[in-house]
Order: sequence, then C-alpha cells, then structure tokens
Amino acid sequence: MNCAEAKDLVHLYIDQELDLVRVVEVDKHLQSCAACRALYDRQRALRSTLKSDGSYHRAPPELRERLGFALRAETKGAARPPARWPGRWNTGLAIAATVLLSVSAVLYLALPAPHNRLVDDLVSSHVRSLMVNHLADVASSDQHTVKPWFNGKLDYSPPVDDLTAQGFPLIGGRLDYVDDHPVAALVYRHRLHVINLFVWPSENRREQKLRASTRQGYNLLNWAQAGMEFWAVSDLNEAELKQFADEISAMSAPHQS
Amino acid sequence: MNDDSGARELAEPHHVRRFEELALPHLDAAYNLARWLTRNDHDAHDVVQEAYMRAFRFFDGFHGDNARSWLLAIVRNTCYTWLRQNRGFRVNTSLDELRDSGAADAALAAIDPSEEDPEKRMLREDDKTMLNHALGRLPEEFREVLVLKELEDLSYREIAAITGVPLGTVMSRLSRARKLLHKHLQTSAQES
Repeated sequence: MNCAEAKDLVHLYIDQELDLVRVVEVDKHLQSCAACRALYDRQRALRSTLKSDGSYHRAPPELRERLGFALRAETKGAARPPARWPGRWNTGLAIAATVLLSVSAVLYLALPAPHNRLVDDLVSSHVRSLMVNHLADVASSDQHTVKPWFNGKLDYSPPVDDLTAQGFPLIGGRLDYVDDHPVAALVYRHRLHVINLFVWPSENRREQKLRASTRQGYNLLNWAQAGMEFWAVSDLNEAELKQFADEISAMSAPHQS
Repeated sequence: MNDDSGARELAEPHHVRRFEELALPHLDAAYNLARWLTRNDHDAHDVVQEAYMRAFRFFDGFHGDNARSWLLAIVRNTCYTWLRQNRGFRVNTSLDELRDSGAADAALAAIDPSEEDPEKRMLREDDKTMLNHALGRLPEEFREVLVLKELEDLSYREIAAITGVPLGTVMSRLSRARKLLHKHLQTSAQES
C-alpha cells in the first residue's frame, strides 16, 4: 500500500469501517511510514477531542413535555367517527352497530358525516400544499422517478402518469395525511392552476363514477377504479378538472393489476 | 373491515404511546442535530417539535428497523426547510460534489481573524469553546457529518441514510470536514 491509498483509507480505518484485510494493510503501512502515521495520530487526536469536548446539546425537559402534549392534542383532534377508512360509511356495519351498541350508535350519529370531514381534509391539504411552498416532496415530471419514490412510504403503489401531452404536466409527488392516514398526493399543473390528485386503495375494490363537489371555492372530483380511490382538488374550473380526471382515468386503468 | 368506535378510541392513545416509545429515546439525538444545524436553542426547539409531529403523522408508513435514522432524516429535512425559509439557505444537491471540493477551500479563505470581535477572541482562550466555535462555523454539510459521526457515533451507512447522499460522499465529506476543522483549530491556536 502506498501513501496515497493510505491517506484515502485512514479515515475509514479510524472509524472502523474497513474490512479486516484492509485493516491489516493500513496497519502495516502506518508502521513503516512516519508521515502517514502523523496524519493518523492527528486525526485520531481530533476525533477524541471532538468526542470529549464537542458540545452535546440534550433536549430541554420542556420540549419533552410540550411534545407529549402536542401529540395527544393531535390525536384528540384526529379522533373521528369510526368506519372512515379506507372507505365511507358501511351501511351494513352501521346498522349492526345501531342494533348491538346503542350507546355507541348515538355518538356515532351525532358526529358529522365522514364524507364531509374527508372533503375538508382534502381541501385543507390542497391549500396547505400551496401555502407553505410544499407542493412536492419529490419534484419531478418523470413518472418513473415519482412512482418509485413512494416505495416504502406507503403500503400501496399509486398509479403515476405524466399528462404533459394532454396539457397537465406532472410536477411531483408528496406524502400527505388525509383522514388519519398517509396518502399519495400527486401534483399536476394546468396553466397556472395546481391540481392535487390524492390516491389510496378503495374499499372493496368498488368502481365509482365521477362525482363532483365544491368546497371553499375549490372543485373536487372523486372516482374509484381498479382498486384505487381518486380525489382531484383544484381551483381549476369544473369542466377542465373533469377533462383532467378523464385523462387520468383513461391512463390509470391498464396500470392496475 | 371497519373498526367499531370502541376499538378506535382505545387505539388512538396506544398509537401515541407506541410512537413515544419508539421516538422519545432519540429526542436528545434529534435536538443535538437540530441545535448544531440551526445554531440556536429556540429554533432547534421549534424544528424538533415540528419534525416529531411530522414523524408522528407518517408513523404508519414507517416499517424500518432503524427508528433513529428515520427520525434524524426527518429532523434534518425539517432543519433545512427551516433554514431555507428563514435564512435564505440553499441546498443544491446537484452541485454536491462541487460543493464538496470547493466549499472547504472557500470556507478556509473566509477565515479572517480581523473580522472577529474582541468578545469572540476572549472566548477562544477556552479550548473547548474554540473547538465548538470552529465546528459551528463549518459549512452545514461538513458540520452535520461530524455531528452524526463524532457526537452520535453513527456508521457511514446510517449517515448516508440520514443525509440522503451516497456512501462515497459521506466518506469524502467526513475526511474533508476533519481536515477543515483541523485547519480551523490550527489557525485559531496560532492567533491566540
């Protein structure tokens, strides 16, 4: 081993990141080369100084307290009516619940319809994505970059298609949190309008035709196909948003297994 | 398929407890990283809280076995987002290698003793302060690898996972960071 090689490896040697064969080689070199030995001693001294004198900033106790409080507040805020994931009200179960658990059933009915909650969540996610300059965690117009990005972050793989040719270029993707669950948010643009497309596995793999709604001036389109539920949210007008939904719908179908 | 309301109500605090069991043991590590990156307590406090809430929201998506790396990656991202928003800090990953090679020299050139005020000079009498001061002045990408390596004692692989850069870049950054810190300290020692 020559000096150049030893210099490259000395940090790995100090950090014990070398395999045994290399360790022996570096050992040998350090024994025979004073210059490299000096480098090694210097780096080792620096390392131990850092370990002993480098300030380790421990979390102040009030942070721990504040976190515990914030986590519980978040959970309380998120404590919502049952039967909301991944689908909507399940009539059969609702009836069963009414019959079997009359007390629960009273609470259950007193709460706002989950559908409204879901729509609220989706709209606020959309607004938040615009406000805090957090459109995308992975900013890419390449579907082959965006789709694999979700691997390991979700337990499903959302269909990702680029619709640049159709006038809806893909901007990127984001993990978002809707109705207490992490979901895939795909971001598209049409002229100056941002479209957030939220995707998650649908209940019962049911198919559902396009349904339009509006909330706070935003248009929402919801449909389900090929085992996935789709929600498109945008300030784009309904006709163009419908065109977007049709394009996605046409692209998505063959991608599903 | 759907939970009944009783089960759900019980499930929520359990969810919090499970998250706390997994995440709170790493709170010091999280705070230390945030404190070194933001360089002040107040900001570190806010950043860690935000990062933990983020982690909690994505907790369902965490299936890995290294909670510390997972959390520190979120803390680090939150730090950089915060730095970008509040201090006009820019991270350009495509220029990573360029920064790796250029930043050390630029930072060295920036050491100008005449710039330092008398107060800082006095502080330097203390070796420990001098070391921490020098570490605090390293460019972020060097500072973070040193903090993760020397103060947290993480492996190259863990540092690569947290910082999202290849293993080779971790190695080159670490060796550059040490060289740079050593030079900083030498310069400081010569002046005092």
